[in-house]
Amino acid sequence: MGELLAQAWTVARKDLVLEFRTRTALVSAIVFTALVLTVFNFGRDPTAVPTIDLAPTILWVTFTFAAMLALNRAFQLELENQALEGLLVSPLSRTSLYWGKLIANLVFVAVVEAVGLPLFVLFFDVPVGHVLVPLIGVIALATLGFVAVGTLFSALVIRTRFAELLLVVILLPFLVPPLIGAVQVTARLLGGRPLSESVGYLKLLAAYDIVFVSLASFLFRFTVDE
Amino acid sequence: MLSAEGLRHAFGEGRGQVVALDGVSFNLTAGQTLAVFGPNGAGKTTLLKVLAGLIRPQQGSVRVAGGRGAIGWIGHQSHLYEHLTVRENLLFWAALYGVPAARRGPRADQVLERLGMGDRADQPVWSLSRGLAQRAAIAKAVIHDPRVLLLDEPFTGLDLAAAAELRALLGELRGGGAPGGGRVVVLATHNVDEGVELATDVAFQRRGRFVHFAPRAGRGSSDIAEAYRRAVGGTGTDG
Repeated sequence: MGELLAQAWTVARKDLVLEFRTRTALVSAIVFTALVLTVFNFGRDPTAVPTIDLAPTILWVTFTFAAMLALNRAFQLELENQALEGLLVSPLSRTSLYWGKLIANLVFVAVVEAVGLPLFVLFFDVPVGHVLVPLIGVIALATLGFVAVGTLFSALVIRTRFAELLLVVILLPFLVPPLIGAVQVTARLLGGRPLSESVGYLKLLAAYDIVFVSLASFLFRFTVDE
Repeated sequence: MLSAEGLRHAFGEGRGQVVALDGVSFNLTAGQTLAVFGPNGAGKTTLLKVLAGLIRPQQGSVRVAGGRGAIGWIGHQSHLYEHLTVRENLLFWAALYGVPAARRGPRADQVLERLGMGDRADQPVWSLSRGLAQRAAIAKAVIHDPRVLLLDEPFTGLDLAAAAELRALLGELRGGGAPGGGRVVVLATHNVDEGVELATDVAFQRRGRFVHFAPRAGRGSSDIAEAYRRAVGGTGTDG
Protein backbone atom coordinates (compact mmCIF):
# COMPACT_ATOMS: atom_id res chain seq x y z
CA MET A 1 0.00 0.00 0.00
CA GLY A 2 2.85 2.37 0.87
CA GLU A 3 4.55 1.74 -2.46
CA LEU A 4 1.25 2.16 -4.27
CA LEU A 5 0.65 5.54 -2.66
CA ALA A 6 4.27 6.64 -3.13
CA GLN A 7 4.04 5.92 -6.86
CA ALA A 8 0.64 7.64 -7.07
CA TRP A 9 2.15 10.72 -5.45
CA THR A 10 5.10 10.62 -7.89
CA VAL A 11 2.63 10.76 -10.80
CA ALA A 12 0.47 13.43 -9.14
CA ARG A 13 3.46 15.62 -8.29
CA LYS A 14 4.73 15.39 -11.87
CA ASP A 15 1.27 16.39 -13.21
CA LEU A 16 1.04 19.31 -10.81
CA VAL A 17 4.57 20.54 -11.62
CA LEU A 18 3.71 20.40 -15.33
CA GLU A 19 0.41 22.20 -14.80
CA PHE A 20 1.72 24.94 -12.55
CA ARG A 21 4.70 25.42 -14.89
CA THR A 22 2.59 25.84 -18.02
CA ARG A 23 -0.63 27.04 -16.31
CA THR A 24 -2.52 26.63 -19.59
CA ALA A 25 -5.41 24.53 -18.33
CA LEU A 26 -5.52 26.14 -14.90
CA VAL A 27 -5.80 29.67 -16.23
CA SER A 28 -8.35 28.52 -18.81
CA ALA A 29 -10.48 26.85 -16.13
CA ILE A 30 -10.35 29.87 -13.82
CA VAL A 31 -11.19 32.30 -16.63
CA PHE A 32 -13.98 29.96 -17.71
CA THR A 33 -15.37 29.91 -14.16
CA ALA A 34 -15.30 33.69 -13.93
CA LEU A 35 -16.97 34.06 -17.34
CA VAL A 36 -19.75 31.58 -16.58
CA LEU A 37 -20.51 33.28 -13.27
CA THR A 38 -20.50 36.66 -15.03
CA VAL A 39 -22.88 35.44 -17.72
CA PHE A 40 -25.24 33.95 -15.12
CA ASN A 41 -25.02 37.14 -13.11
CA PHE A 42 -26.20 39.28 -16.00
CA GLY A 43 -28.42 36.64 -17.58
CA ARG A 44 -30.87 36.21 -14.72
CA ASP A 45 -33.82 38.24 -13.57
CA PRO A 46 -33.48 38.65 -9.78
CA THR A 47 -37.08 39.84 -9.54
CA ALA A 48 -38.42 36.63 -11.12
CA VAL A 49 -36.47 34.03 -9.14
CA PRO A 50 -34.81 34.77 -5.80
CA THR A 51 -31.03 34.53 -5.98
CA ILE A 52 -30.89 32.10 -3.10
CA ASP A 53 -33.01 29.60 -5.11
CA LEU A 54 -30.90 29.88 -8.23
CA ALA A 55 -27.44 30.15 -6.68
CA PRO A 56 -26.78 26.48 -5.77
CA THR A 57 -27.55 25.33 -9.33
CA ILE A 58 -25.36 28.02 -10.84
CA LEU A 59 -22.52 27.15 -8.48
CA TRP A 60 -22.58 23.46 -9.36
CA VAL A 61 -23.08 23.88 -13.09
CA THR A 62 -20.04 26.18 -13.07
CA PHE A 63 -17.91 23.79 -11.02
CA THR A 64 -18.93 20.82 -13.15
CA PHE A 65 -17.97 22.35 -16.46
CA ALA A 66 -14.77 23.86 -15.07
CA ALA A 67 -13.82 20.41 -13.79
CA MET A 68 -14.31 19.03 -17.32
CA LEU A 69 -11.39 21.16 -18.45
CA ALA A 70 -9.20 19.59 -15.76
CA LEU A 71 -10.33 16.09 -16.60
CA ASN A 72 -9.67 16.61 -20.30
CA ARG A 73 -6.09 17.64 -19.70
CA ALA A 74 -5.30 14.78 -17.29
CA PHE A 75 -4.35 12.26 -19.95
CA GLN A 76 -3.75 14.69 -22.79
CA LEU A 77 -0.40 15.57 -21.28
CA GLU A 78 0.51 11.87 -21.41
CA LEU A 79 0.07 11.91 -25.19
CA GLU A 80 3.07 14.21 -25.47
CA ASN A 81 5.87 12.05 -26.85
CA GLN A 82 3.70 9.01 -26.06
CA ALA A 83 4.57 9.26 -22.37
CA LEU A 84 1.53 7.12 -21.56
CA GLU A 85 3.21 4.22 -23.37
CA GLY A 86 6.27 4.74 -21.17
CA LEU A 87 4.11 4.71 -18.04
CA LEU A 88 2.45 1.48 -19.11
CA VAL A 89 5.78 -0.21 -19.88
CA SER A 90 7.13 0.77 -16.46
CA PRO A 91 6.42 -1.21 -13.27
CA LEU A 92 3.97 1.50 -12.20
CA SER A 93 0.74 -0.24 -11.23
CA ARG A 94 -2.39 0.82 -13.07
CA THR A 95 -4.01 1.60 -9.71
CA SER A 96 -1.14 3.94 -8.79
CA LEU A 97 -1.48 5.66 -12.14
CA TYR A 98 -5.21 6.13 -11.57
CA TRP A 99 -4.76 7.42 -8.05
CA GLY A 100 -1.97 9.73 -9.17
CA LYS A 101 -4.22 11.23 -11.82
CA LEU A 102 -7.09 11.41 -9.34
CA ILE A 103 -4.98 13.30 -6.76
CA ALA A 104 -3.68 15.75 -9.39
CA ASN A 105 -7.20 16.33 -10.75
CA LEU A 106 -8.56 16.89 -7.25
CA VAL A 107 -5.89 19.50 -6.51
CA PHE A 108 -6.51 21.15 -9.86
CA VAL A 109 -10.29 21.29 -9.38
CA ALA A 110 -9.86 22.41 -5.76
CA VAL A 111 -7.79 25.39 -6.93
CA VAL A 112 -10.48 26.30 -9.48
CA GLU A 113 -13.19 25.94 -6.82
CA ALA A 114 -11.15 27.99 -4.36
CA VAL A 115 -11.14 30.84 -6.87
CA GLY A 116 -14.71 30.20 -8.02
CA LEU A 117 -16.39 30.26 -4.60
CA PRO A 118 -15.38 33.83 -3.65
CA LEU A 119 -16.37 34.98 -7.16
CA PHE A 120 -19.73 33.28 -6.67
CA VAL A 121 -20.23 35.09 -3.35
CA LEU A 122 -19.18 38.37 -4.96
CA PHE A 123 -21.46 38.09 -8.00
CA PHE A 124 -24.55 36.69 -6.29
CA ASP A 125 -24.20 38.36 -2.90
CA VAL A 126 -24.89 35.09 -1.12
CA PRO A 127 -23.60 35.07 2.48
CA VAL A 128 -21.67 31.81 3.09
CA GLY A 129 -19.64 32.79 6.15
CA HIS A 130 -21.93 31.05 8.62
CA VAL A 131 -21.94 27.78 6.62
CA LEU A 132 -18.44 27.91 5.17
CA VAL A 133 -17.11 24.75 6.82
CA PRO A 134 -20.06 22.48 5.94
CA LEU A 135 -20.20 24.03 2.46
CA ILE A 136 -16.52 23.21 1.87
CA GLY A 137 -17.25 19.69 3.14
CA VAL A 138 -20.08 19.25 0.63
CA ILE A 139 -17.97 20.64 -2.18
CA ALA A 140 -15.17 18.21 -1.28
CA LEU A 141 -17.55 15.27 -1.07
CA ALA A 142 -19.21 15.94 -4.41
CA THR A 143 -15.94 16.86 -6.14
CA LEU A 144 -14.31 13.58 -5.13
CA GLY A 145 -17.15 11.62 -6.73
CA PHE A 146 -17.28 13.33 -10.07
CA VAL A 147 -13.51 13.66 -10.39
CA ALA A 148 -13.17 9.91 -9.65
CA VAL A 149 -15.57 9.05 -12.48
CA GLY A 150 -14.19 11.73 -14.75
CA THR A 151 -10.60 10.53 -14.33
CA LEU A 152 -11.66 7.04 -15.40
CA PHE A 153 -13.57 8.30 -18.43
CA SER A 154 -10.83 10.69 -19.49
CA ALA A 155 -8.50 7.67 -19.77
CA LEU A 156 -11.19 5.81 -21.70
CA VAL A 157 -11.64 8.47 -24.37
CA ILE A 158 -8.10 9.79 -24.68
CA ARG A 159 -7.20 7.66 -27.70
CA THR A 160 -10.40 8.52 -29.54
CA ARG A 161 -11.15 11.35 -31.94
CA PHE A 162 -13.12 14.21 -30.40
CA ALA A 163 -12.05 13.06 -26.94
CA GLU A 164 -13.04 16.37 -25.35
CA LEU A 165 -16.59 16.19 -26.70
CA LEU A 166 -16.95 12.48 -25.98
CA LEU A 167 -15.87 12.94 -22.37
CA VAL A 168 -18.66 15.45 -21.72
CA VAL A 169 -21.26 13.24 -23.42
CA ILE A 170 -20.46 10.06 -21.49
CA LEU A 171 -19.58 11.73 -18.19
CA LEU A 172 -22.57 14.01 -17.61
CA PRO A 173 -25.16 11.21 -17.09
CA PHE A 174 -22.93 9.77 -14.36
CA LEU A 175 -22.72 13.17 -12.66
CA VAL A 176 -26.47 13.46 -12.14
CA PRO A 177 -26.55 11.73 -8.69
CA PRO A 178 -23.72 13.76 -7.09
CA LEU A 179 -25.02 16.95 -8.70
CA ILE A 180 -28.51 16.41 -7.29
CA GLY A 181 -27.02 15.72 -3.87
CA ALA A 182 -24.65 18.67 -3.99
CA VAL A 183 -27.28 21.14 -5.20
CA GLN A 184 -29.81 20.00 -2.60
CA VAL A 185 -27.38 20.19 0.32
CA THR A 186 -25.97 23.53 -0.86
CA ALA A 187 -29.50 24.96 -1.18
CA ARG A 188 -30.36 23.89 2.35
CA LEU A 189 -27.12 25.28 3.75
CA LEU A 190 -27.50 28.63 2.00
CA GLY A 191 -31.16 28.72 3.11
CA GLY A 192 -30.07 28.50 6.73
CA ARG A 193 -31.51 25.02 7.28
CA PRO A 194 -29.79 22.66 9.71
CA LEU A 195 -27.34 20.12 8.32
CA SER A 196 -29.42 17.31 9.83
CA GLU A 197 -32.01 17.93 7.08
CA SER A 198 -29.44 16.95 4.48
CA VAL A 199 -28.27 13.67 5.96
CA GLY A 200 -29.91 11.62 3.21
CA TYR A 201 -28.16 13.56 0.46
CA LEU A 202 -24.86 13.49 2.36
CA LYS A 203 -25.15 9.69 2.55
CA LEU A 204 -25.85 9.63 -1.18
CA LEU A 205 -22.69 11.65 -1.86
CA ALA A 206 -20.57 9.49 0.48
CA ALA A 207 -21.92 6.27 -1.04
CA TYR A 208 -21.28 7.58 -4.55
CA ASP A 209 -17.68 8.40 -3.60
CA ILE A 210 -17.00 5.00 -2.04
CA VAL A 211 -18.60 3.05 -4.90
CA PHE A 212 -17.08 5.01 -7.76
CA VAL A 213 -13.58 5.45 -6.33
CA SER A 214 -13.46 1.67 -5.73
CA LEU A 215 -15.03 0.80 -9.08
CA ALA A 216 -12.87 3.23 -11.03
CA SER A 217 -9.69 1.97 -9.29
CA PHE A 218 -10.59 -1.55 -10.38
CA LEU A 219 -11.76 -0.75 -13.92
CA PHE A 220 -8.98 1.68 -14.81
CA ARG A 221 -6.61 -1.05 -16.00
CA PHE A 222 -9.12 -2.08 -18.68
CA THR A 223 -9.22 1.44 -20.08
CA VAL A 224 -5.47 1.83 -20.60
CA ASP A 225 -4.33 -1.68 -21.52
CA GLU A 226 -4.44 -2.60 -25.22
CA MET B 1 16.70 -13.82 -19.67
CA LEU B 2 14.08 -13.05 -22.35
CA SER B 3 12.00 -15.77 -23.89
CA ALA B 4 8.93 -15.79 -26.09
CA GLU B 5 6.96 -18.95 -26.69
CA GLY B 6 4.38 -19.42 -29.44
CA LEU B 7 3.26 -15.80 -29.61
CA ARG B 8 0.16 -15.19 -31.64
CA HIS B 9 -1.85 -12.01 -31.83
CA ALA B 10 -4.29 -10.60 -34.36
CA PHE B 11 -6.18 -7.35 -34.65
CA GLY B 12 -9.76 -7.24 -35.90
CA GLU B 13 -12.01 -10.11 -36.81
CA GLY B 14 -13.27 -11.98 -39.86
CA ARG B 15 -12.01 -10.97 -43.29
CA GLY B 16 -10.50 -7.75 -41.99
CA GLN B 17 -8.35 -9.54 -39.45
CA VAL B 18 -4.66 -8.63 -39.46
CA VAL B 19 -2.31 -11.21 -37.97
CA ALA B 20 0.48 -9.30 -36.24
CA LEU B 21 2.19 -12.25 -34.56
CA ASP B 22 2.03 -15.82 -35.74
CA GLY B 23 3.94 -18.48 -33.87
CA VAL B 24 6.89 -16.33 -32.81
CA SER B 25 9.28 -18.07 -30.40
CA PHE B 26 12.82 -17.30 -29.32
CA ASN B 27 15.07 -17.33 -26.33
CA LEU B 28 17.75 -14.68 -25.71
CA THR B 29 20.44 -14.68 -23.05
CA ALA B 30 22.67 -11.91 -21.69
CA GLY B 31 24.82 -10.28 -24.36
CA GLN B 32 22.57 -11.24 -27.27
CA THR B 33 21.14 -8.59 -29.56
CA LEU B 34 18.30 -9.64 -31.83
CA ALA B 35 17.62 -7.37 -34.80
CA VAL B 36 14.13 -7.89 -36.20
CA PHE B 37 13.76 -6.60 -39.75
CA GLY B 38 10.49 -6.45 -41.59
CA PRO B 39 8.35 -4.23 -43.78
CA ASN B 40 5.86 -1.80 -42.30
CA GLY B 41 2.91 -3.73 -40.88
CA ALA B 42 4.92 -6.95 -40.39
CA GLY B 43 4.17 -6.93 -36.66
CA LYS B 44 7.50 -5.69 -35.28
CA THR B 45 6.01 -3.07 -32.97
CA THR B 46 3.36 -5.51 -31.80
CA LEU B 47 6.14 -7.97 -30.95
CA LEU B 48 7.96 -5.34 -28.88
CA LYS B 49 4.72 -4.29 -27.17
CA VAL B 50 4.02 -7.90 -26.27
CA LEU B 51 7.57 -8.33 -24.94
CA ALA B 52 7.14 -5.13 -22.89
CA GLY B 53 3.79 -6.25 -21.51
CA LEU B 54 1.84 -3.51 -23.28
CA ILE B 55 -0.22 -6.06 -25.21
CA ARG B 56 -1.34 -9.39 -23.82
CA PRO B 57 -0.95 -11.91 -26.66
CA GLN B 58 -3.94 -14.04 -27.61
CA GLN B 59 -1.69 -17.09 -27.50
CA GLY B 60 1.75 -17.79 -26.12
CA SER B 61 3.75 -16.28 -23.32
CA VAL B 62 6.72 -14.02 -22.59
CA ARG B 63 9.15 -14.39 -19.74
CA VAL B 64 11.48 -11.59 -18.74
CA ALA B 65 13.91 -12.19 -15.91
CA GLY B 66 13.20 -9.38 -13.46
CA GLY B 67 9.75 -8.55 -14.83
CA ARG B 68 8.69 -5.16 -16.18
CA GLY B 69 11.22 -3.36 -14.01
CA ALA B 70 14.01 -5.02 -15.97
CA ILE B 71 12.91 -3.53 -19.30
CA GLY B 72 14.12 -0.35 -20.92
CA TRP B 73 12.23 0.94 -23.94
CA ILE B 74 13.58 3.21 -26.67
CA GLY B 75 11.27 4.09 -29.52
CA HIS B 76 10.87 6.90 -32.00
CA GLN B 77 8.84 8.67 -29.31
CA SER B 78 10.90 9.77 -26.32
CA HIS B 79 8.28 9.37 -23.54
CA LEU B 80 9.69 12.59 -22.08
CA TYR B 81 7.68 15.53 -20.77
CA GLU B 82 8.56 18.63 -22.76
CA HIS B 83 8.11 21.10 -19.90
CA LEU B 84 10.27 19.20 -17.43
CA THR B 85 14.04 19.46 -17.57
CA VAL B 86 16.08 16.45 -18.62
CA ARG B 87 17.07 15.82 -15.00
CA GLU B 88 13.46 16.15 -13.74
CA ASN B 89 12.37 13.63 -16.36
CA LEU B 90 15.10 11.19 -15.32
CA LEU B 91 14.26 11.55 -11.62
CA PHE B 92 10.59 10.95 -12.35
CA TRP B 93 11.23 7.78 -14.35
CA ALA B 94 13.83 6.57 -11.82
CA ALA B 95 11.19 6.87 -9.08
CA LEU B 96 8.70 4.86 -11.12
CA TYR B 97 11.29 2.14 -11.70
CA GLY B 98 11.98 1.90 -7.99
CA VAL B 99 15.48 3.39 -7.92
CA PRO B 100 16.05 4.34 -4.24
CA ALA B 101 15.60 8.08 -3.62
CA ALA B 102 19.20 8.58 -2.49
CA ARG B 103 20.57 7.00 -5.67
CA ARG B 104 18.38 8.79 -8.21
CA GLY B 105 20.37 12.02 -8.44
CA PRO B 106 23.83 10.40 -8.73
CA ARG B 107 22.46 7.84 -11.19
CA ALA B 108 20.95 10.59 -13.36
CA ASP B 109 24.27 12.48 -13.34
CA GLN B 110 26.17 9.30 -14.21
CA VAL B 111 23.89 8.43 -17.14
CA LEU B 112 23.89 11.98 -18.48
CA GLU B 113 27.69 12.17 -18.29
CA ARG B 114 28.00 8.87 -20.10
CA LEU B 115 25.72 10.11 -22.86
CA GLY B 116 27.55 13.44 -23.10
CA MET B 117 24.58 15.42 -21.81
CA GLY B 118 25.90 16.57 -18.45
CA ASP B 119 25.64 20.22 -19.48
CA ARG B 120 22.07 19.78 -20.72
CA ALA B 121 20.64 18.35 -17.49
CA ASP B 122 18.76 21.50 -16.52
CA GLN B 123 17.40 22.30 -19.95
CA PRO B 124 13.72 21.66 -20.60
CA VAL B 125 13.18 18.88 -23.10
CA TRP B 126 11.33 21.16 -25.52
CA SER B 127 14.55 23.12 -26.07
CA LEU B 128 16.57 20.07 -27.23
CA SER B 129 17.29 19.17 -30.85
CA ARG B 130 15.93 15.88 -32.22
CA GLY B 131 19.28 14.16 -31.72
CA LEU B 132 19.69 15.40 -28.16
CA ALA B 133 16.10 14.49 -27.34
CA GLN B 134 16.82 10.97 -28.58
CA ARG B 135 19.86 10.84 -26.29
CA ALA B 136 17.69 12.01 -23.41
CA ALA B 137 15.26 9.23 -24.32
CA ILE B 138 18.12 6.74 -24.09
CA ALA B 139 19.07 8.17 -20.71
CA LYS B 140 15.46 7.69 -19.58
CA ALA B 141 15.46 4.12 -20.89
CA VAL B 142 18.62 3.13 -18.99
CA ILE B 143 18.14 5.19 -15.80
CA HIS B 144 17.21 2.02 -13.90
CA ASP B 145 20.02 -0.04 -15.47
CA PRO B 146 17.68 -2.46 -17.27
CA ARG B 147 18.76 -5.95 -18.27
CA VAL B 148 16.56 -5.93 -21.36
CA LEU B 149 16.46 -3.12 -23.92
CA LEU B 150 13.63 -2.97 -26.45
CA LEU B 151 14.30 -0.64 -29.37
CA ASP B 152 11.43 0.25 -31.68
CA GLU B 153 12.64 2.05 -34.81
CA PRO B 154 14.99 4.19 -32.73
CA PHE B 155 16.61 5.77 -35.80
CA THR B 156 13.40 7.23 -37.22
CA GLY B 157 13.70 10.96 -37.86
CA LEU B 158 17.44 11.15 -37.20
CA ASP B 159 19.88 12.48 -39.77
CA LEU B 160 22.84 10.30 -40.81
CA ALA B 161 25.28 11.73 -38.26
CA ALA B 162 22.82 11.45 -35.38
CA ALA B 163 21.90 7.90 -36.43
CA ALA B 164 25.61 6.90 -36.50
CA GLU B 165 26.08 8.45 -33.07
CA LEU B 166 23.05 6.58 -31.76
CA ARG B 167 24.38 3.30 -33.14
CA ALA B 168 27.67 3.89 -31.31
CA LEU B 169 25.81 4.67 -28.07
CA LEU B 170 23.65 1.59 -28.38
CA GLY B 171 26.77 -0.48 -28.99
CA GLU B 172 28.20 0.84 -25.72
CA LEU B 173 24.98 0.27 -23.79
CA ARG B 174 24.73 -3.31 -25.01
CA GLY B 175 27.70 -4.18 -22.84
CA GLY B 176 26.17 -2.78 -19.61
CA GLY B 177 23.35 -4.12 -17.50
CA ALA B 178 23.62 -7.40 -15.62
CA PRO B 179 26.99 -7.92 -13.95
CA GLY B 180 29.35 -9.68 -16.31
CA GLY B 181 26.66 -10.69 -18.76
CA GLY B 182 25.65 -7.60 -20.70
CA ARG B 183 22.12 -6.76 -21.74
CA VAL B 184 19.61 -8.48 -23.94
CA VAL B 185 18.65 -6.13 -26.75
CA VAL B 186 15.79 -6.52 -29.23
CA LEU B 187 15.88 -3.99 -32.07
CA ALA B 188 13.00 -3.71 -34.52
CA THR B 189 13.46 -1.73 -37.70
CA HIS B 190 12.34 -1.75 -41.33
CA ASN B 191 15.76 -0.68 -42.54
CA VAL B 192 18.41 -3.41 -42.79
CA ASP B 193 21.23 -0.82 -42.92
CA GLU B 194 20.32 0.56 -39.50
CA GLY B 195 20.99 -2.16 -37.01
CA VAL B 196 23.02 -4.96 -38.54
CA GLU B 197 26.32 -4.18 -36.86
CA LEU B 198 24.66 -4.20 -33.43
CA ALA B 199 23.09 -7.61 -33.89
CA THR B 200 24.27 -11.02 -32.76
CA ASP B 201 21.10 -12.57 -34.19
CA VAL B 202 18.87 -11.59 -37.05
CA ALA B 203 15.19 -12.25 -37.70
CA PHE B 204 13.05 -11.29 -40.67
CA GLN B 205 9.40 -10.82 -39.88
CA ARG B 206 6.64 -10.95 -42.46
CA ARG B 207 2.91 -10.94 -41.74
CA GLY B 208 3.60 -11.70 -38.09
CA ARG B 209 5.81 -14.70 -38.72
CA PHE B 210 9.59 -15.05 -38.38
CA VAL B 211 10.53 -16.23 -41.88
CA HIS B 212 14.22 -16.18 -41.00
CA PHE B 213 15.87 -16.41 -37.59
CA ALA B 214 19.57 -17.13 -37.31
CA PRO B 215 22.81 -15.86 -35.77
CA ARG B 216 24.34 -13.03 -37.77
CA ALA B 217 27.57 -15.02 -37.91
CA GLY B 218 29.70 -12.19 -39.25
CA ARG B 219 27.37 -11.28 -42.11
CA GLY B 220 27.49 -7.65 -43.15
CA SER B 221 24.60 -5.42 -44.11
CA SER B 222 24.82 -6.34 -47.81
CA ASP B 223 24.62 -10.07 -46.98
CA ILE B 224 21.70 -9.46 -44.64
CA ALA B 225 19.98 -7.25 -47.21
CA GLU B 226 20.33 -10.00 -49.82
CA ALA B 227 18.96 -12.63 -47.43
CA TYR B 228 16.13 -10.21 -46.54
CA ARG B 229 15.25 -9.75 -50.23
CA ARG B 230 15.07 -13.50 -50.72
CA ALA B 231 12.99 -14.09 -47.58
CA VAL B 232 10.71 -11.08 -47.51
CA GLY B 233 11.02 -9.29 -50.86
CA GLY B 234 11.57 -5.56 -51.33
CA THR B 235 14.83 -3.70 -51.01
CA GLY B 236 15.61 -4.18 -47.36
CA THR B 237 15.75 -0.48 -46.78
CA ASP B 238 12.09 0.29 -46.84
CA GLY B 239 8.80 -1.35 -46.27
